[in-house]
Amino acid sequence: MEKSAETVGSVDLKPPASDVGALGWIKTNLFNTPFNSFLTLLILLCLYKTVPPFIKWAFLGGVWFTNGAQCKVAEGACWSVVTQNLRFILFGFYPYEQQWRPAVAIVLLIGFLLYSRERRHWNRKLLVAWPLGLAVMGFIMRGGIFGLPVVETTKWSGIILTLLLAIFGLTAAYPLGVLLALGRRSQLPAIKMLSVIYIELIRGVPLISLLFMASVMFPLFLPEGITVDKILRAQVAIILFTAAYIAEVVRGGLQAIPKGQYEAAESLGLDYYQKMRLIILPQALKIVIPPTVSILISAFKDTSLVVIIGLFDLLKTTQVTLSNPEWMGFSAEAYLFISLVYFAGCFSMSNFSRRLEDELRT
Amino acid sequence: MVQSTASASETIIEIVGLHKWFGDFHVLKDINLQVNRGERIVICGPSGSGKSTLIRCINRLEEHQRGKIVVDNIELTKDIKNIEKIRTEVGMVFQHFNLFPHLTILENLTLGPIWVRKTARAEAEEIAMYYLEKVHIAEQAHKYPGQLSGGQQQRVAIARSLCMKPKVMLFDEPTSALDPEMVKEVLDVMIDLAQEGMTMLVVSHEMGFARSVAHRVLFMDYGQILEQNSPEEFFNNPGHDRSKLFLSQILH
Ligand SMILES: Nc1ncnc2c1ncn2[C@@H]1O[C@H](COP(=O)(O)OP(=O)(O)O)[C@@H](O)[C@H]1O
Ligand SMILES: [Mg+2]
Repeated sequence: MEKSAETVGSVDLKPPASDVGALGWIKTNLFNTPFNSFLTLLILLCLYKTVPPFIKWAFLGGVWFTNGAQCKVAEGACWSVVTQNLRFILFGFYPYEQQWRPAVAIVLLIGFLLYSRERRHWNRKLLVAWPLGLAVMGFIMRGGIFGLPVVETTKWSGIILTLLLAIFGLTAAYPLGVLLALGRRSQLPAIKMLSVIYIELIRGVPLISLLFMASVMFPLFLPEGITVDKILRAQVAIILFTAAYIAEVVRGGLQAIPKGQYEAAESLGLDYYQKMRLIILPQALKIVIPPTVSILISAFKDTSLVVIIGLFDLLKTTQVTLSNPEWMGFSAEAYLFISLVYFAGCFSMSNFSRRLEDELRT
Repeated sequence: MVQSTASASETIIEIVGLHKWFGDFHVLKDINLQVNRGERIVICGPSGSGKSTLIRCINRLEEHQRGKIVVDNIELTKDIKNIEKIRTEVGMVFQHFNLFPHLTILENLTLGPIWVRKTARAEAEEIAMYYLEKVHIAEQAHKYPGQLSGGQQQRVAIARSLCMKPKVMLFDEPTSALDPEMVKEVLDVMIDLAQEGMTMLVVSHEMGFARSVAHRVLFMDYGQILEQNSPEEFFNNPGHDRSKLFLSQILH
């Protein structure tokens, strides 16, 4: 004690032992006040009551590769409902012997997504590669070339449909939303008014009603003999809907850019498009990455609403599986599985956006 | 004093009968001004007198309602192509620098040459480095504006304008947002520029600067040019009562 008094000021002292190490961490973070101590104990109790039973149900007592009858006598979870029906849940009514084709398409897609995650890979080639890649996936799925039998889009279902609606929905809605946001701030009254009307009308109705309109009402307006693919109609509805929300978020970002940035860009002689593309949008879009990703994530999940108009996405194929008498009653397991699939998608998006934000910080 | 290089012959900016309103507020009233190539003009006057508005009209950051502005033989009209052409010839330096925060210093400088002048990137970077040397800041080329001090940012802003090889430079209170110890480094750069014969319109209350480089000092108040004089005359023997009052306020 006396010794430390002498050395104060000349030597850095170690913090008291109670503030370092695991014990110190627990003390300062979990038991620093009576109320926090109470909360910590409460949470520990909850964990004790839920985690061991869950592990017992899911893993210790769970069965993985049995038939439905054996499941009914098992003590724990019946993961067999997923494993035995996996191909139907993922690929739906796509012809059974041809299901390697959607599998290849998905692997390609995931490859593309993983490659595009790295910002240093972003260049003009990648921009061209994307539409080409998507077209190749489309041809693999649709067939009709290289001796692949044709599979009509009406048979496309399961995770394929979910991914299709999500990928095209999000990539088309984003630029459309940006254009609408620019339109809403345009100096030209006609463009401004059209953008406002569009955004407010679309935001004023639920996605479900748009989907109904696309599937039921829209065909009534078409001349006889002309049909538009049902998936395409749902796709367009999702794009139009999501774009309106993106537009409002982007508009917020545009408003956050100081007037001086516009003036500096203009006084260099940049024209409107250069000013927006090089100066204003890069800053505005960066500011709104977090809310934009929120919209994209909820749009991804909202694709499951297409069950309403009779499309068989991942959620619907799962429901169909569960309506089979052999597998009735195992909905908890099946829904946990598709929750995991959706979670993987949403979590990667949110992870990607966080990384992007870090990399763009200047 | 810097030697006068203005040739009386060649007019680069001509403003005739200029009026401007913000709504009902008559901010510029019958402004007439002729600037010759190589001439350096300092504009001063109380806050709110319309100094910024006047120089912002010259590159159409503000639109005027009446009168005529001709820059380098191009009249400013609603024609956006005309406006963009004039803007490439007229550099502007702002009070708050207005650098592009998402681009490096070098990218800030090459943006105009590459996209407006269609210069090749390598050449644009060469030009940029030349002007960065000139404003004594070349070693910062790969930093972002947020990493620089105010004085450094303003020197970058000047270099950014110079990369466009403008015929006229407009400065709107370039040193009034700076900490006192950084004012000199920016004024030094502007004096260098003056010595090379750049045509300059500078809104500033830096009297030392006005005395050493200006050919003319304009005094504005209530949206009018109340006095035009040589710097010596203006500071030693102001001709207008408002000028006298204004000088007595800023000099004490
Ligand atoms: N965009 C604007 N809208 C309305 N009034 C403005 C605007 N910009 C400037 N003003 C007004 O015009 C007057 C002149 O402004 P300004 O030219 O900035 O003056 P100075 O630069 O001499 O201080 C001020 O009273 C100011 O409030
Ligand atoms: Mg001003």
